[in-house]
Amino acid sequence: MAAHLSYGRVNLNILREAARKELREFLDKCSGSKAIVWDEYLTGPFGLIAQYSLLKEHEVEKMFTLKSGRLPSADVKNIIFFVRPRLELMDIIAENVFSEDKLHSSREFHILFVPRRSMLCEQRLKEYFEFHTSYRFVAECYLENDQTSLYHTAKGLMTLQALYGTIPQIYGKGECARHVANMMLRMKREFAGSQNQILPVFDTLLLLDRNVDLLTPLATQLTYEGLIDEIYGINNGYVKLPPEKFAQKKQGEASKDLPTEPKKLQLNSAEELYAEIRDKNFNAVGAALSKKAKIISAAFEERHNAKTVGEIKQFVSQLPHMQAARSSLANHTSIAELIKDITTSEAFFDNLTVEQEFMTGVDTDKVNTYIEDCIAQKDPLIKILRLVCMQSVCNNGLKQKVFDYYKREILQTYGYEHILTLNNLEKGGLLKPQTSSRNNYPTIRKTLKLWMEDANEQNPNDISYVYSGYAPLSIRLTQVLARPGWRSIEEVLKMLPGPHFEERQQLPAGLHKKRQQGENRTTLVFFLGGVTYAEIAALRFLSQMEDSGMEYIIATTKLINGTTWIKSLMDRPECQTP
Amino acid sequence: MAFITANWNPLGEAFYRKTELYEMSWNLRDGLRDSLVAAAPYGGPIALLREPHRRSPSSRPQLEIYSASGVAIASFPWKSGPVVQLGWTVSDELLCVQEDGSVLIYDLFGSFKRHFSMGQSTKLQVLEAKVFHSPYGTGVAIVTGSSRFTLATNIDELKLRRLPEVPGLQGKPSCWVVLTQDRQTKVLLSNGPELFILDNTSCTAVCPPGLSPQAGNIVHMSVSFSYKYLALFTDTGHLWTGSSHLQEKLSEVDTKKTTTPKQMIWCRRPKSQQPSVVLMWDRLLLVAGVCSDTDPCVLVGELDGVRIVSSTNQELLQEVPLVCQDIFKIASMAPGALLLEAHREYEKSSQKADEYLREIKEQSMLGEAVRQCVEAAGHEYDTNTQKSLLRAASFGKCFLTDFSPDQFVTTCRELRVLNAVRESSVGLPLTHTQFKQMTLQVLIDRLVYRQFYPLAIEICRYLKIPDYQGVSRVLKHWASYEAIARAVCVKVGDSPGVSYSHIAAKAYECGRTELAIKLLDFEARSGEQVPLLLKMKRSQLALSKAVESGDTDLVYTVVSYLKNEMNRGDFFMTLRNQPVALSLYRQFCKLQEQDTLKDLYNQDDDHQELANYYVTASYREKRLESRLSLLQSAVDEYNKAKNEFAAKATEDEMRLLRFQRKLDDEKGAGLLGLSLQATIEALLALGLHKQAEQLYRDFKVPDKRYWWLKLKSLAEKEEWEELEKFSKSKKSPIGYLAFVEVCIKCNNKYEAKKYVSKVAPEQKVKAHLAVSDLEGAADAAIERRNESEMAAVLSRCSASDRLLIDRLNRARTTATKK
Repeated sequence: MAAHLSYGRVNLNILREAARKELREFLDKCSGSKAIVWDEYLTGPFGLIAQYSLLKEHEVEKMFTLKSGRLPSADVKNIIFFVRPRLELMDIIAENVFSEDKLHSSREFHILFVPRRSMLCEQRLKEYFEFHTSYRFVAECYLENDQTSLYHTAKGLMTLQALYGTIPQIYGKGECARHVANMMLRMKREFAGSQNQILPVFDTLLLLDRNVDLLTPLATQLTYEGLIDEIYGINNGYVKLPPEKFAQKKQGEASKDLPTEPKKLQLNSAEELYAEIRDKNFNAVGAALSKKAKIISAAFEERHNAKTVGEIKQFVSQLPHMQAARSSLANHTSIAELIKDITTSEAFFDNLTVEQEFMTGVDTDKVNTYIEDCIAQKDPLIKILRLVCMQSVCNNGLKQKVFDYYKREILQTYGYEHILTLNNLEKGGLLKPQTSSRNNYPTIRKTLKLWMEDANEQNPNDISYVYSGYAPLSIRLTQVLARPGWRSIEEVLKMLPGPHFEERQQLPAGLHKKRQQGENRTTLVFFLGGVTYAEIAALRFLSQMEDSGMEYIIATTKLINGTTWIKSLMDRPECQTP
Repeated sequence: MAFITANWNPLGEAFYRKTELYEMSWNLRDGLRDSLVAAAPYGGPIALLREPHRRSPSSRPQLEIYSASGVAIASFPWKSGPVVQLGWTVSDELLCVQEDGSVLIYDLFGSFKRHFSMGQSTKLQVLEAKVFHSPYGTGVAIVTGSSRFTLATNIDELKLRRLPEVPGLQGKPSCWVVLTQDRQTKVLLSNGPELFILDNTSCTAVCPPGLSPQAGNIVHMSVSFSYKYLALFTDTGHLWTGSSHLQEKLSEVDTKKTTTPKQMIWCRRPKSQQPSVVLMWDRLLLVAGVCSDTDPCVLVGELDGVRIVSSTNQELLQEVPLVCQDIFKIASMAPGALLLEAHREYEKSSQKADEYLREIKEQSMLGEAVRQCVEAAGHEYDTNTQKSLLRAASFGKCFLTDFSPDQFVTTCRELRVLNAVRESSVGLPLTHTQFKQMTLQVLIDRLVYRQFYPLAIEICRYLKIPDYQGVSRVLKHWASYEAIARAVCVKVGDSPGVSYSHIAAKAYECGRTELAIKLLDFEARSGEQVPLLLKMKRSQLALSKAVESGDTDLVYTVVSYLKNEMNRGDFFMTLRNQPVALSLYRQFCKLQEQDTLKDLYNQDDDHQELANYYVTASYREKRLESRLSLLQSAVDEYNKAKNEFAAKATEDEMRLLRFQRKLDDEKGAGLLGLSLQATIEALLALGLHKQAEQLYRDFKVPDKRYWWLKLKSLAEKEEWEELEKFSKSKKSPIGYLAFVEVCIKCNNKYEAKKYVSKVAPEQKVKAHLAVSDLEGAADAAIERRNESEMAAVLSRCSASDRLLIDRLNRARTTATKK
């Protein structure tokens, strides 16, 4: 079912299985037929570990979405609420249960809190009734100095270590990274009674705080997968696409009833073609697709060469695989067409040009005409914020005059209420007035080679291909850590926010890995506060580079792109005024 | 090696051997004469009370406690009444039964723990007492001056049982033992020629089967370790042995000794078919017929033998385990014996090794041979013998393909441990059999009890016992013993898995709160720290611990506790010192208690956040007046926060709102709540140019944006004349290409063309192209000699534009030439 997870050096299926097992055990605790009431937000993450069939095996007969009012009728013994620990959801549950109680007295109610139960919610529920709870793991958050998500991260890493062995080396950069590492070391002391006897799979853990590299998510990703996410948004491995391009594929049918529902596609490496092109620069995707098309049609041509019964039989046996490949090719050709329409537009080009100017340090200290024009044209606010923040980051803060000008423009055009959003961006460090006269971004750019003039998009030789020139800072840090080591960039590390550190975890004797000649070291890179698809592509590229000697596994609290990231920082008071 | 059997004595089929365990470390002036001695089984400690009956206050008897190897553990003068009997409990506590029936309990280190009495009567006189062990624990039995027996089966749950009267008994019986049978504790006693069994309710006369009538009176009796066998000694020197049920007889021996032995103890190993009895007279030790001379000494019955403690040394008398017999018996052909021989030859590099091996292998007994060697090694006390047996086993193992190494490994490990605890300095002379019976857990407990902490830890580590069962537990005990925080922590240090909170909880129970807090500091699990700290009312500390843990739920727990416990001011002050807790609480308030949020910011003088709060609040207000007043508060706070920009922006917003309200009232424009830009747009759409102009000036809208705005809205309304007028009002800050493009967007090429000529040269080509004027575009491009522009024009040309294409191409070549 999820074979693609087992291929890599680190078998991620173990983690998935562990999560499934926990879920199964939970379901079996409530005997008898069940109905699940879902917090809509959770259906995605749960889809990753459990299909409906699994739930069905455990007597789950009905599924509903959590909403206030009365529950839809269902003849089941147990009602299970799968919810996040949010106070407002507790109120809805209480309402559900009360409206139910009078009808069925023998019914049992359960609540599964994800990622874990919270004291606040329990108290809230206690105001309503007595209950039983149990919990499991996932994560989110940044702005509010809320460390809950960091705590979950640390816990999650402990779980990971319990399954994959203690990670002997921990590196980190940034405030949150330090915090998570501290918590991990602390938890290790707490659990020290039971020494982990698993041979470590990971050699190194690198904790990177998103705060350290604010620039990368703001830039437009230019890999295939990155662009799909930028334009259409990938949610838990699914993307919803406009249906027009897909409808034409059906031959012979009445083409009049165009589907109006968006086309939903699952995207993961189980699909051979997608695995091949997801990390490519979009400009290299076309060539890859046409090459693939030739191979497939050549394969179909084979049938003419098949003479003997045996040969025909062989051909037929390959047919399902070939047909799947053909439909996958058709899908991706359509997606690529959709994307191409956008990337070739003037607006996209202009936007990209400005981004690249900022990243190369051109005129970052003045008000940018393009941004001005975009505001005047009332382009989407998020686009504006992305650009302004980018300019601020690339200039190590904006001159007070420029800073105030942008803010005024935004407030006057998009409304005064965005003053809160601007305040949030300032708190997050994305947007700030220049405090010191020195702009250290050029030094960082030069030392870390963040801009590569001759990025090769077709046959990349450097990670900068993922942004067609810009090499993501976060990944550069990862690369330098592997070779020649962070000591070589001490100066730059000091310029970046937050402390950098190194910790060692003692392994029990006998668990020290004896590395074979030429065997790669494995690093787990954990992005605190999110990672973009392009960054993932860059890391995968590093893994595949023949001489890197490093294998990277990526973990994060969240997958982000500039839009979703800025959105999460926006604060919009609900307007009551009619 | 040959002399291994030298100290073996045959008794019937079996052999007995005496192994010297220790030369006793003690130095006893008077030996063991005139002393009450009690030695605990399983290599337990020895207690010694010299001259228990001496009562002169000037020279009090001394109570001494030694380890089994004679290392002094404690010594103190006996100040209480005369002692009748000493004994050890299963948990190594010393019981001193006094003549008056009170029993004093001391620990291994001679500190008094508690006492109890074996009877209510004050005139109780204990003639004899016995300490016995049963599955229920340690019991005490006494016989009083009034010839009555009293029993306590378990001293930890004291329940005294007075047994029925024995007919015809005067004073104490000639001998008696305590039996545990069928989950009942009974007393077997002899009075002259009669033998009685005394249980809770009755006294029954019994007769041992097969005891010769001429045997005479029973003067001594002994029951085996397991309560299975009984030995009776008569005044004519007859020794009867049989089952303790008195159902069957094992043997009857005439020892030809008419004096009563001082001690008589069963010596047998578990599962042996041939139990034997060790009897001891003043100068004679007799193993059911075999005898040798001895000093005055004490016999200690063990599970699998008898320890003989004398003033100078200590020996273990035991039946030689079968497997050892097999191996070491002279001329034994048992596989183990052959293997041992084979290995010996191998070490001598003799080819005989092969012969022996072949012999074993032919019988396919190699596995058995290895097993025997391993097992025998376990039973041996001498480390050299252990080594040679284990070497032989390991040698034999090499020739076996799938032989489980577990037994070998376990035995090696256990022997290492046993050898360590047998060390004279530790003094636990345990045999392997005893060790197995007593289990490792108990051994560690005993080491802990004897304060051999480092050894206990080493053993735990060596045997890889999980920390929580092993090392941590030892450390916990160690720590609780020391009981002073600093000392504890120096000793316990950073060892993982120690539950300091348990130690601390104990300290708190004892009223030592400060100590408890100090100890808690060392607890790694904050989840454990916090509840106890709350219990001790150290809420501030609890809060900082919760914050430290990073577990936000824990922080919430403390915060909500504090909220209920403290008055609001103190509560806020407490939070103020804990930024993390504060921000968590803020978030909670944001969701639940907006008003509290305001108070919080107020308390902190966080004007920026307070201002933001007012802004958020303003949007919840429906009435404009209240909205404005909230915004005014925001302005004040922004000013206090020195955020001039925000203050100004807010004032602007208020101004805008008032303006919008006025226009809404006047014209019903529906402007309220729109952004400035949207307001101007709306005004222009409504044709209210004057008002739009006013806003533009009042709010200092940048020219560029205003021009864009006006351009677009005029074009949308198709007010072309107005647009043209506007374009001429002054030089356009956004250039004229924008005019062209906006007109085209509104599908008016005619109007668009009007502005092409005004477009700046560098955008001219674009402008011409926008209005599809290829000629003009070509002219402009050629004039500017700009190659890329020419290319752009070319790309728009179709095949029909032959002439144009040629011209452009020519221009291109000249441009490139230059």
